[in-house]
Amino acid sequence: QFQLTVPVAVVFAPGSVPGDLPRPLPFRDVQEMEIPVNLRTSVTSRYETVYRSTTAQENIALHAATAQEADAALHPLQDALLGSLTVYVVSETSSLLPQGINVYVGKHRSALVRAGSGLATLHSRLQQLTQVMSFTSSSIAAALSDGVPDGQLGPDARRHLKSSLGYEITFSLLNPDPKSHTVDWDIEDAVNRYVQPVLDKLSLVANFSVDSQILYYAVLGVTPRFDKESSSFLLSTHSLPHVINPVEARLGSSATSLYPVLNFLLYVPERSHSPLYIQDKDGAPVSTNAFHSPRWGGIMVYNVETPTSPQALFPLHVEVDMVRVMEVFLAQLRLLFGLSREELPTEFLMESPGNEGLADWELDRLLWAHTIENIATVSTTLTSLAQLLDKIGNIVIKDDVASEVYRAVSSAQSAMAKLAAGHLHSAFQASKEAVTSSERAFFDPSLLHLLYFPDDQKFAIYIPLFLPVAVPILLSLAKIVRETKQRKKEPTKMD
Amino acid sequence: GGMAAVALVLLLLLAAAGPVWARPDVLREELLLSPLPAGDVAATFQFRTRWDADLQRGAVSHYRLFPKALGRLVAALGIRELHLALTQGFWRTRTWGQPPLQAPAGAELWVWFQPTVTDVDKAWKELSNILSGIFCASLNFIDSTNTVTPTASFKPLGLGNGTDHHLLRYAVLPREVVCTENLTPWKKLLPCGSKAGLAVLLKAERLFHSSYHSQAVHIRPICRDASCLAVSWELRQTLTVVFDSFASGQGKKDWSLFRMFSRTLTDACPLASQSKVYVDISPKNKEKELLEVTPPPASLYEAVVQGEKRTYAVYDLLSPLLFNTSRSLNVQLKWTRPQDSSELPTPVLHAHRYVSGYGLQTGEISTLIYNTHPYRAFPVILLETVPWYLRLYVHTLTIITKGKENKPSYIHYQPAQDRRRPHLLEMLIQLPANSVTKITIQFERALLKWTEYPPDPNHGFYVGSSVLSALVPSIIAMKEVDMEQSPLFTSLFPSSDGSSYFVRLYTEPLLVNLPTPDFSMPYNVICLTCTVVAVCYGSFYNLLTRTFHVEEPSRGGLAKRLANIIRKLRGVPPL
Repeated sequence: QFQLTVPVAVVFAPGSVPGDLPRPLPFRDVQEMEIPVNLRTSVTSRYETVYRSTTAQENIALHAATAQEADAALHPLQDALLGSLTVYVVSETSSLLPQGINVYVGKHRSALVRAGSGLATLHSRLQQLTQVMSFTSSSIAAALSDGVPDGQLGPDARRHLKSSLGYEITFSLLNPDPKSHTVDWDIEDAVNRYVQPVLDKLSLVANFSVDSQILYYAVLGVTPRFDKESSSFLLSTHSLPHVINPVEARLGSSATSLYPVLNFLLYVPERSHSPLYIQDKDGAPVSTNAFHSPRWGGIMVYNVETPTSPQALFPLHVEVDMVRVMEVFLAQLRLLFGLSREELPTEFLMESPGNEGLADWELDRLLWAHTIENIATVSTTLTSLAQLLDKIGNIVIKDDVASEVYRAVSSAQSAMAKLAAGHLHSAFQASKEAVTSSERAFFDPSLLHLLYFPDDQKFAIYIPLFLPVAVPILLSLAKIVRETKQRKKEPTKMD
Repeated sequence: GGMAAVALVLLLLLAAAGPVWARPDVLREELLLSPLPAGDVAATFQFRTRWDADLQRGAVSHYRLFPKALGRLVAALGIRELHLALTQGFWRTRTWGQPPLQAPAGAELWVWFQPTVTDVDKAWKELSNILSGIFCASLNFIDSTNTVTPTASFKPLGLGNGTDHHLLRYAVLPREVVCTENLTPWKKLLPCGSKAGLAVLLKAERLFHSSYHSQAVHIRPICRDASCLAVSWELRQTLTVVFDSFASGQGKKDWSLFRMFSRTLTDACPLASQSKVYVDISPKNKEKELLEVTPPPASLYEAVVQGEKRTYAVYDLLSPLLFNTSRSLNVQLKWTRPQDSSELPTPVLHAHRYVSGYGLQTGEISTLIYNTHPYRAFPVILLETVPWYLRLYVHTLTIITKGKENKPSYIHYQPAQDRRRPHLLEMLIQLPANSVTKITIQFERALLKWTEYPPDPNHGFYVGSSVLSALVPSIIAMKEVDMEQSPLFTSLFPSSDGSSYFVRLYTEPLLVNLPTPDFSMPYNVICLTCTVVAVCYGSFYNLLTRTFHVEEPSRGGLAKRLANIIRKLRGVPPL
């Protein structure tokens, strides 16, 4: 039912136009692709492509020395519509791209592609590129994962956070041994410097609130194993699932809001257990000394150098190196949002997103996935509401609940229409409204099914009536049966 | 050269003290042990976190010692002051004396909101729901039927003189039972948890094996320094417990930390900047020292607390000398000779309340307020909240002191609305010296709808404690003390001047029986009617469906045969 339209502009630099182009430039072309999700749902992706040649300004920009500079110069020349893509095709021999790299993805919504030998090569490159920069079949499947049977999805898809209107990010410093270490971290500065730019960029997707706390005497749930060779303590992969539970009891829930919480824990091991290293599946220590838990957050172990002299004064004062910590946490944050940069062909080159931590097209990817997920959520919420109504016939639907349901349906429909028209931003807004309305309708306190008296108990109350009434009826039924049997036995007697 | 050396020493000292004093948040912990006249021991824990940050601005989101859950609550709901107490048992003021902190039985919550809060009732509802989640208590049962807005009894304890009492909400749930599930989240709010420091003693199985247990959370804004240009936030977690050591100690009044808590103190919380144990060893009855505390205290502290001169033995857990001789601190107290318990000093102000009358239609609530001060009269504010199902007759309100009618100088009465709000009665009553004041008011018991009865309605309905607030004149002159330096137990209520001290007392909660229907009656009626209907149905059914035909006289029934046997015996022809 879904149709996703991506407006793509393919711009040919002079000397890069392939010879076997079907029509003279400029022209329009539409490509449709079917993405099967399950038996009922299928998603059609539609790439509305405009082919044209460069303008004079773009030509100047493409004459920059490096791809980065060209990307920066081209940025003001594009329309900044969310979800749209601009691909610049440069000639095969262009020096803009480094040797062996055929595709360069910029910081914004544009990319540079080598023309290749013919139209076929160009087409396949364009197809790969558009999928990377907007959505792939797996990202669509992950977003619709409620309707997809388990097992079809990789571990990656399950890792992503569910789409929500807001997220709460909590950084916690765990100091289980305040007698030996006084740990200080300049979290306020680190958040302002590293996390806030990313969240400003992501503010289009959801509301974010950030806070931090220090927890003392909070210990991990497992005792690490001592390794004699390296004289250090090791946490193996299979024990990591047991680490989180006892800590989580101390983290405290977010009582003031209903948004999901992302926890990032920095664990300073107690003196008797340090240094502490996390092992991967092969037994080698993990270089970042951190791990993350899908849809929950991440934990990083921060080892404190033990003083060489035994007369060292305790507690030791420790100042946390926030750059190291934030690098790990930001990488985990990207992973939790499903923005990993894996599984790319080698001929692709990505521009690092810089201080913002997130390129424009990555934001688009997130918006595509979240919009689809929101619509799927609305449909499941309304379906289960309908199922509830089917089960309890005499439930009362108040006018405000009904209007919320109507609003949810109409918003979801408009979101789908806007997706089909290629207006990503307004589609996302509409899908958010649909989720809000449908949740409000579903969680309305008047729809609690315990409020309604179940029918089987009504029957139980009237058993004193039904039982004595049933006795003579059953007896006479038995009598009728007996008599008909006798009548069959002696049919001749009647004559 | 000399100057340089002095400067260097100063610098070193500053460097050593620097990290401690530079912190914007400070934790102090304190335990007060006071032997009560009747042989019980009261232990009052106080943990105070003071944070030099303005929670209201919303910009603060990085927590260290202050618990994040409460900090976010204060910021999100616009709370200026929050006082929550969960109590099991009743503090017997008459025999135990004036408590450092009293709370009514059950749950008590009173909150001042910021003037910026537009919908106070909504914030109050949201707050009680969140708090019930944090503390695992049934505070979500706080609604408009048990919430009142007192006008005079509850003033803000922190900064700012609250005059707009519309920002205040007060509710008591007298039926609330306090147990370990409330203690655990309370302990979790402490920076050291129950892993180190004084909180090690908080072992649930001992704390609830006591005559009185009260745990509280107080949040308020205070002045950052003497000039009071900036605001700091203070979180006080207090826990008071009374052990009946006379009964558990085989008739002896001696006690020790280990006997009370089955733990001893081994260290201070490493995060606390002060960690002290105070033992009240003030001589009673102006006699010689009757008490002997071991180990010998390092210092003594003398103060005038609640109108009495008191002496405390002080143990500083942060001083390295304390743990030199032994690894743990087990404070013990012995009475050197048996104390004559006949002469108990009665507190200056105490009160007693009961419900009287017979039958299930009307009744009377009586409150007795005692002023035992020999020569000073003082006013007291009485706050009475009565649920709507007890309909008060205000014209029957009588206040009698020494046989004469006592006219209150201020009355605020808000009548109840059925199923909407409770009665609120606030009065300012002058108590003459050495007098008993009796306040009576009659009420009628309302009939509830059958769904409004709680489970086990024959247990009765609770009426929350009434609250007495007074500035009691002191017999001994008090000195002005610096709040920041004095022990915590003296500094929650500000004393207005040197001649009087503030006391808040709670009376007993009342248990009132309401006319209760027989809840099994509807089912009985259904059963009976159904049986009657079924019997009628059965006979009609038989009448309608049976075919009647004349029975041929066969050998006859049993009676006929018996008769024939008798006839045969008699020689008469058979029937």
